[in-house]
Amino acid sequence: MDLIIRGGRIIDPGHFDGEADLYINEGRIAALKPGGGTGEAEKSVKVIAARGKIVAPGLIDLHVHLREPGEEYKETIASGCRAAVAGGFTAVCAMPNTHPPNDCAQVTEFILERAQSAGAARVYPVAAISPGLAGKGLTPFYELAAAGAVAFTDDGLPVANSLLMRRALEYARGAGCPVIAHCEDPLLSADGAMNEGPTATRLGLRGIPNVAESAMVQRDIALAGLTGGKLHLAHVSTREAVDAIRIAKSQGVAVTAEAAPHHFTLDDEAVCDYDPNMKMYPPLRTAADRDAIRQGLADGTIDAIASDHAPHSSIEKQLEFDLAANGVIGLETSLPLALKLVHDGVLSLPRLVELMACHPARIIGVPCGLQTGMPADITIIDPDAVFTVSADNFRSQSRNTPFEGWTLKGRATTTIVAGRVVFALDD
Amino acid sequence: MGGMRHKHILDMASLSDADIRMILDTAVRMKEISRRPIKKVPTLRGKTVVQFFYEPSTRTKSSFDLAAKRLSADSLSFSKATSSAVKGETLLDTVQNIEAMQPDVIIIRHGSAGAPHFLAHHCEASVINAGDGMHAHPTQALLDLMTVREKMGRLRGLDLLIVGDIAHSRVARSNIVGFQKMGAHVTVCGPPTMMPIGIEQMGVKVAPSLDDAIGGADVIMMLRIQKERQAQFLMPDEREYAAVFGLNLERLQKASDDVLIMHPGPMNRGVEIAPEVADGPYAVILEQVTNGVAVRMALLYLVLGGK
Ligand SMILES: [Zn+2]
Ligand SMILES: [Zn+2]
Repeated sequence: MDLIIRGGRIIDPGHFDGEADLYINEGRIAALKPGGGTGEAEKSVKVIAARGKIVAPGLIDLHVHLREPGEEYKETIASGCRAAVAGGFTAVCAMPNTHPPNDCAQVTEFILERAQSAGAARVYPVAAISPGLAGKGLTPFYELAAAGAVAFTDDGLPVANSLLMRRALEYARGAGCPVIAHCEDPLLSADGAMNEGPTATRLGLRGIPNVAESAMVQRDIALAGLTGGKLHLAHVSTREAVDAIRIAKSQGVAVTAEAAPHHFTLDDEAVCDYDPNMKMYPPLRTAADRDAIRQGLADGTIDAIASDHAPHSSIEKQLEFDLAANGVIGLETSLPLALKLVHDGVLSLPRLVELMACHPARIIGVPCGLQTGMPADITIIDPDAVFTVSADNFRSQSRNTPFEGWTLKGRATTTIVAGRVVFALDD
Repeated sequence: MGGMRHKHILDMASLSDADIRMILDTAVRMKEISRRPIKKVPTLRGKTVVQFFYEPSTRTKSSFDLAAKRLSADSLSFSKATSSAVKGETLLDTVQNIEAMQPDVIIIRHGSAGAPHFLAHHCEASVINAGDGMHAHPTQALLDLMTVREKMGRLRGLDLLIVGDIAHSRVARSNIVGFQKMGAHVTVCGPPTMMPIGIEQMGVKVAPSLDDAIGGADVIMMLRIQKERQAQFLMPDEREYAAVFGLNLERLQKASDDVLIMHPGPMNRGVEIAPEVADGPYAVILEQVTNGVAVRMALLYLVLGGK
C-alpha cells in the first residue's frame, strides 16, 4: 500500500457516500473500507487525515485556455496545470485556440508532452473543428483523436456556417468524440462589450443580446437531432439557452451543457465601474439569467461546471472597457464558487461532484470514480475552509479574476493524480 | 456657499441636484466675464489644463480652450493625430506621461465609454469628461440645463423631448439624467432601431411618433443623425428619416407657442432639422454655444477649489 486517506466523507456518486478509508496502491484505488478512521498503518505508508473533509473523484475542468503554444506570457501548460491542481482539478481540457491552433496531431502531441513533463494535472487536448479555426473545412478528426484529442471545437470563433456545423457533428460521431459548441451569432453580437439591457444602456456600452447565444443553441440542438452527433454546449449564459436544452433533453437529443462560475455567481450590474475583469464572452447576463443557470445546475439541465479559464495579461486587460480582451481566469476559484452554491442551498455535495467530476468525465469519455482498480485521481475538499481570494497567491500566471478580495468558504486541500499528491494546501 | 465636493466631473449621475445648481449659478457669474470688453480674469493663473481629444471635435475643444484662457490657466491640447495614440501607446501610458508634467485638470474626450473613469482611477489631476463613447457628455447637459433655465426661468416641471438616435447618443443619456435630477420630465422619440433596450428604466417615456409627442414639449432637443447608421440597418435613408423624425416648420406648428428648440451641433440641415427651424425664433442653438464656454469656466473654477 502507498497511501491511505483516512476518515473522510467519500462521495462517489452512484456508488458510495459515507465515511470510509481509501487505500491507494500503484496509482490505483486498492480498496474502500467503510467506517474506518482508525487503525495502524505500516510506517512506510503515507496517511492523509481527512476527517471533516470530502474525498471525491478528481475534478475535471472541461474548458480551459492554457495559451501554450504561442502566448506563454499569459499562461503556459505548466503554470496552467499548477493552477488546476491548486484549484482541485486533476484534469483539464485544453482549448485549441492557441498560436498555432491545435488543428493537427503534432500540436496535440506537443500539448500532451508538455503536460506530461509538468507533472501536475492531466491535460485532455480539445482539437479544432476547422484548420486554423477559420471555419472553412474539417480538421482530420480521426488522426487527432488517435493522437489524444477528446473533443472538437472552434471555441472563441463560433461556427457560423451551418453546413460545417452539421458535418462536424456527423464526422465527430465517426471519431467517437463530442463537438463542443461556442454558441454565438457573430452578426448579432458584433461590437458588443457587455450584455444588452438596461445596464448597458445606462453605461453607454454596446450590448450583446441573449438571442446571439440562444439562436445558435437552437440551431445546434436541431443539428444534433438531425445528425445523431454528440453536442456539448460551452459556457451557457442565458435563460433561453437553458430552456432550449431542457426541452431538447426531454426529447432525447444527445446534448450536454456546461456553465461557468462567473455566470452563476455574477450579473451584468458588476460591469458598473467599467472593470475589464468583468468582461468575458459570453458576457455577464442579468440576475434572471444567473438564476436560470443555477436552476439548470440543480435540476440536471446543465451537466457540468467549467471555468472557461482565459488568462490575459495587463497588456490586454488594462485598457478601456470596450477595447479590453474578453475572458477571466477561473481554475483557482471555480470549486470555491461551486461550494458557495452548496452553502447557499442550491446544490447538494453529491450533485457538485457530479457536475465537476463524473459528468465532465462521461462527456469526454474518460474514467472517473473511486471504485477498486480505477486510476487514483482524487480531490480532497475542506468545505469549511474560509479564505480571501488574492490573485497574487494564484499559481496561474495571469491575474484577471473578477473575484479579487472576495471571501469564500471551501477549497481543495489535497489533489492526487494517479496516486501521487500533486497539490497539498499548507495550513 | 461651500465649494465643489467632486474632484472629477465624470457623468451627470454622480452629481446631485445641489451640485448642478451650484455649477449653473457659477456659470451665470462666469458668463458675465465673457461679456466684458476684456474677457479675462486672473483666477486660475498658474494652473495647467490639459485636453485629450481621442475623437475629432472642434466646438467642445475650442469651448474648453476659451474657458481656460478666460480664467488665465495655461492650456494645452492633444488630439489623436498629434498624440502618441497613433503609435499604439495605451491610454494608461499616455496619461502617466502627462501626469509626470503635473497638470491640474485633464479634460478627455474618448470613443470608449468609461475612459474618463479609467483615467480618474489612475491619476492625481481632476478629470473632466468631454464625452465618452455613447455614455456621457456632462458639460453638454450642463450647458443645456443652463440655457433652458435662462430662457424658461425654471427647470422643475418642464417637459423635455429628445428626438433622434438615443441608442448611440451620450448627449441624450446625460440630458436624461440631468433634466430628471432637476425635476423635469423627459420623453424620447426616434426610430425603434435607435431606441436602446431598457431605456424606460432610466425613467423616460418613449414616444413612438414625433407628431404625437411634439405638442406636450416645452423643450425639443434634436440629435444629430449620422449617415453611417444606414450600414447598421438602423434606417433606410436620410430622406425617410427627415420625413418621419425631422423637425420642419409644418411639424413645429403642433408645438407650444413658447417652445425652445435645441441642438447640440453640428447640425445636418435638412435631415433632423430644417434650416427654417434652426434659424427661426424658437431655436436657442447659438445661446447653447455661448453658455458652453460659461459652464466650462465654472467647472474648471470649481474643480480647482473655487467657491
Ligand atoms: Zn467560448
Ligand atoms: Zn473558451
